Parts: sequence; C-alpha cells; structure tokens
Amino acid sequence: MAEDKPENKSGKFSRRDILAGLAALPIAGIVGYGLFRNKADAENRNSSLLDEIKPEIMSGIPPLIEGKIIQIGIIGCGGRGGYLMKALGFVNPDRIDEYTEKGRTDKYWIQYLDDFRAQEGLNIRITAVCDIFDLNAQRAIAAGANVHRNSRSGKMGDAPKRYTTYKELIASPDVDAVIIATPDHWHVPVALEAARNGKHVYCEKPLSWSVSETYEIRKTVKETGIVFQLGHQGRQTESHHVARSLIKQDVIGKISLIEVCTNRNDPNGAWVYDIAPEASEKTIDWKQFIGQAPWHDFSLERFFRWRCWWDYSTGLSGDLFTHEFDALNQILSLGIPHSVMASGGIYFFKDGRTVPDVLNMALEYPERDLTLLYSATLASEKNRGKVIMGHDAYLELGDTLIVNVDPQSTRYKEKLKQGIVEPFKPIYSYVPGQGTVDAITSPTEKYFAGRGLLYTYRDGKAIDTTHLHLREWINCIRAGNDAQPSCNIDQAFQEAMAAHMGTLSYKEGRKTYWDKEKELIV
Amino acid sequence: MRYSTTQAFALVALRITIGWHFLYEGGVKVLNPHWTAKAYLLDSGGFLKGFFDQMAGNQSLLSLLNSVNAWGLTLIGFSLLVGIYTHYSSLAGMAMLLLYYLSHPAFPGIEYLFPTDGSYFIINKTLIELFALLVILTFPTSRIFGLQRLMIRQRNIDK
Repeated sequence: MAEDKPENKSGKFSRRDILAGLAALPIAGIVGYGLFRNKADAENRNSSLLDEIKPEIMSGIPPLIEGKIIQIGIIGCGGRGGYLMKALGFVNPDRIDEYTEKGRTDKYWIQYLDDFRAQEGLNIRITAVCDIFDLNAQRAIAAGANVHRNSRSGKMGDAPKRYTTYKELIASPDVDAVIIATPDHWHVPVALEAARNGKHVYCEKPLSWSVSETYEIRKTVKETGIVFQLGHQGRQTESHHVARSLIKQDVIGKISLIEVCTNRNDPNGAWVYDIAPEASEKTIDWKQFIGQAPWHDFSLERFFRWRCWWDYSTGLSGDLFTHEFDALNQILSLGIPHSVMASGGIYFFKDGRTVPDVLNMALEYPERDLTLLYSATLASEKNRGKVIMGHDAYLELGDTLIVNVDPQSTRYKEKLKQGIVEPFKPIYSYVPGQGTVDAITSPTEKYFAGRGLLYTYRDGKAIDTTHLHLREWINCIRAGNDAQPSCNIDQAFQEAMAAHMGTLSYKEGRKTYWDKEKELIV
Repeated sequence: MRYSTTQAFALVALRITIGWHFLYEGGVKVLNPHWTAKAYLLDSGGFLKGFFDQMAGNQSLLSLLNSVNAWGLTLIGFSLLVGIYTHYSSLAGMAMLLLYYLSHPAFPGIEYLFPTDGSYFIINKTLIELFALLVILTFPTSRIFGLQRLMIRQRNIDK
C-alpha cells in the first residue's frame, strides 16, 4: 500500500525515496522542451516575417503648440456641429446631465463622460455661434458657455454671442477661425466669406456642393493663405498610417483592385432624422436655408433631412463615399480618378428623396493599374469591409489592420512552401494603442486577428479622432508658419472632384472623365 | 492516508497532467513578451463582465494581471508537476480557474468570440479542472511521489 508519508524510517534516503522524489523532474523537462520549441518556432517566424518590414506607427498625441487663446465661431450647430463642439471640449450642460442619468443603467455613458472630461483643452474659446434654427443656436450658446464641462448646476463661463447670419459672425473681431457644419450647399459660400476675411476654416466634408465652386474655394484659400482643414477625421486613424507604411514597403505586392463600401440599415443612417417639435417657420430662417439652392416652399422634412435632396446634398457620393476616398487617398495618394462610372437608384427609401439609397461606382486609375470599387446601400448592414487587394496579400482595414497572404503570392512563395505562412490567414495585424505590428503565429492570435476585436470602441483609453483632427488644425493656426494640416485644400479638391465625377455619372447615366491638363470633368 | 497502488497511480497521474497543463499555459505566456490577457478579458461574459472589462481597460492593473497570471500558472504548474507545496498550489490553481470560469461562464445564451471545443451547459472543462484540483487538494500525493517526499525525509534525518 502507498501512503502519503515516506515509509522509510532509517536515517538515509533510500533509492526508492530518490526515485519517487525526483521522478517528476524529467517530466518537467519534457514540458520545458515543449516550451522552448514553441518559443523558438515563434521567434523564427516572427523574424523571418518582420525582418524586412519596418511599419511606421504614430507615437502618441502631438503636443499642443502654446500661444494665445484662439477665438472660434461655429457656423451650423446641428448634429455634426454639436459633435465638433464636443471634440473641442464644449458640451451643453443638459447633455452632461443626460449622460449621467444614462450612466446609472449603462456604464458606457460613465466612460463616455470620463473620456470627455479627460480630453485635453485646446486653449480656445467659442465666442460666436450662428444657426438659422433658434433651438440649435440656443443649445450651442449653452455648450459654448460650459467652459468647465459642468452639469446644469455647475459654474458656467462667458456665453458666445449668437449671430443670425454667417457674414456678421465672420465680420466680428472676436472671431479668429470658423468651423463650418452647415448643409453641403452652404460649405463653399461660407468658407469663401471666411477666407476673404482672413479667418481660418475647418470645413465639414464634402468640400463643395457644385463643381464650379470647387475651383473658386481652392483659389481663394491659396491666395489668402488661411489655414484650411477638411473634416475627414479618418486622417488621424492610426491604422491608416500603418497601412500606408506597409504598402510603401511592398508587403501586399502590386495592387489591382480596392473595394470599399457603405452599409447602413436604419432610418438615422439613411438620413431620416427626427424633426424637432420646436421647429416652425417662426423658429427657422427658411430663406437663408435655401441660399443658392432652387426655391422650395417651407418644409420641415427638407430642413431636417436635407441630405435626402440634391438641392442641398451631395448624396452617397459626397456624404459617405468621400470618407472612403479620403482614407485611400491618404494611404495610396490616389488623386483624382481618370474615369468614374456610377449606377444605382432609390430602391428602399421611397420617401420622396431625390438622392439614391443604393450606389455603385467604379473609379479607374490606369496610370496606377488599378480600379477602386465603391458600393453602398442604406438598407443592409452586411459589412463588406475595406479591402486593398495585392498580388501577394490583401489588406483589410478598419480600426484594426489585418494582412492576409494570397496562396498564389510570389513574394511569400517560399514561406508558404515551408509552412511559415498559411494561405488566406493573417500574417500581420495592427491593433490601435498596441504600439507594435505583430507577425501572427499562434492559433489564438490568428483567431482574434481575423475577428478584429474592436479595441478602440471598448477600450476606455480610445481618443476621438475628430478631436485630433481639430487639434491638428489649431496647431497649424498657432504655428503661423504657412503649414497646412493633413486634409488641406489640395486634398479637399481631389476629394470633391472624385465625388462630383461619381454624382455626375449617376445623374447623367454615363462615364465621366477627368481632363488632367485642363482640370475639367468631361 | 493510505492508498492502493492503483489509487496512488491515478491520483499522481491526475496531479501531473494538471501540473503539465498549467506549466505549459503559463510558460508560453511568460516566454511571449507580447502576450496579454486583454482580448480574453474583453471577450468576457456573464454577470461579472463589467468587472473583467474594467480590468482590461486599466493599463497598470492589466500589466500586473498579465504577470500574475503568467507566473502564477507557471509556478502552480511546476509545483503540481514535481510535487511540492501542492496544498497551496492546488488552492491557488482553483482560485485562478474560478476566475476564468466567472469571466467566461458556460451559461446558456452567452456567446464568446473565443472558440470553445465542445458543447457545454453550465459545466465546462474549466470547472471540471477546478474540481479535479479539489481532489488533488483532498487526496495529497506529493509525499508519495514528489519532491515533498525528499523534503520530509531530510527533515526526519535532521531530527
């Protein structure tokens, strides 16, 4: 019988003691051998994959340039205008109470509020607001006064002044720079007025509503030398920078096809926004809303859901394709396409809108030997991702970045043969905030990389890209050395022309071409 | 406690296989400088999800947790495998397994990104390993087969 006490009562270790005492050590040795083999394999794969590749990763947040307080005017204080104010550090105190209330049942809002309060101040003041709807203007005034990020009961600062026209706001000596978050048909008229008065401009995308005004705003911004930033905050997305550096180092081989899409499936995503009960002809300056658009009698639907009508909007091409285009222009410096062919229709939201809810566009870049495909629907959320297809691998891009190897790759042929890389499996992944690009080796890593866990949404430390984009603009204003931010007027011009080519192609049912010499859409 | 040879063999085999499992899981993590529990924690479910998500969100806590987890598994595994201080290591191992279970409980209706290798209803392999450690704790064997045997002999000789 065995006993859990040593049986030997003599004063020495017996052979039996030694055997039973030490027999497990060789087993530990076997486990140790397994561990070191695993480690050596992983290192081999890592080094053979990573040796030649030097991905560039943005390090941290660029520091704020010191200088005097910049006085900002907000023109257009609706949904997007409110969000931009939050990214600047100003939120209506009512909203703070609302977030706190929601936080009682859903911790997401506590984190949301904590993140907002932790967001660095930009040393600015909101001195002026302009909106043609009284309620929006009042909310923006309350937000602008909330310099301490308090709830209703807290201390407020000086309230910004409300102007009823953008011209008066721009003329004010209390305004150094403006943020334009109006409907699309107002972007250029407001930006022109600001530039001519020497006020710096942050303009929401897309740059322009019509082709002709696109030339005018580019010319004026360049002549006046104001600091101009177009509101494509995707410029600040870390994975885009990493993608650019990986492609520059030929990780995915020759690119022939890029596929991007928009997939939404709810009324809000289809621009069917709520109509505020306070809204009426008395509280909305309708004539000013119309601006350069064709006259239409007062309509609450058109005012709140303006994105649904060509009269004020640029449709899917201007509103959503531009996000995708600008990201790819940032990563690949694509520029304006040689030609665009678009098709689509109003297939789901038969609510009187004039812009299509399904749109497909093929943009050709014969000089780059590639096609950019865009397809969009506002009536299905099936995510088809953003994929850059190369001969050696394809790169899937979101908040995370994943490179999957192609089984017919030339570059990875040997590694495929040796089993170092597997076809259609991820070989590199990048997760924001992780600080490294990993060569992927273990099965678990492959699994998670393939699923692209959304760290940025879940991780409390995520930083709002809109905040970073505004910060870049403000830093350029303070630097005062003619430096322009990343989404400058030249990038904006390319964005607008690519979008207009798509819209014209859809409207006219023909292929549109870009005449490079004359800079004309033909 | 007296065991038949077969009983002793069964108990030692159970101890060694669990030790092997812990040691390898821990060792892989210790040897990989990029390993982090973050993805696992973010993938948690059940009534303690908020607690585990918070751990993943707190960078300094997370790095502490990563080290404790990796080294904890390694030391517990080594102790069970070679048969030394198994009383403490089986208790510590049970505590760790309980945390793994609570972060990913096999409750109906909860789905995880992390793949499972079978179908479970409340009881899963983590819970079974936890109870196997309870057996190791209550039926000790390191004095029969393990370093503990030599330590006790040494103590007796010293006396």
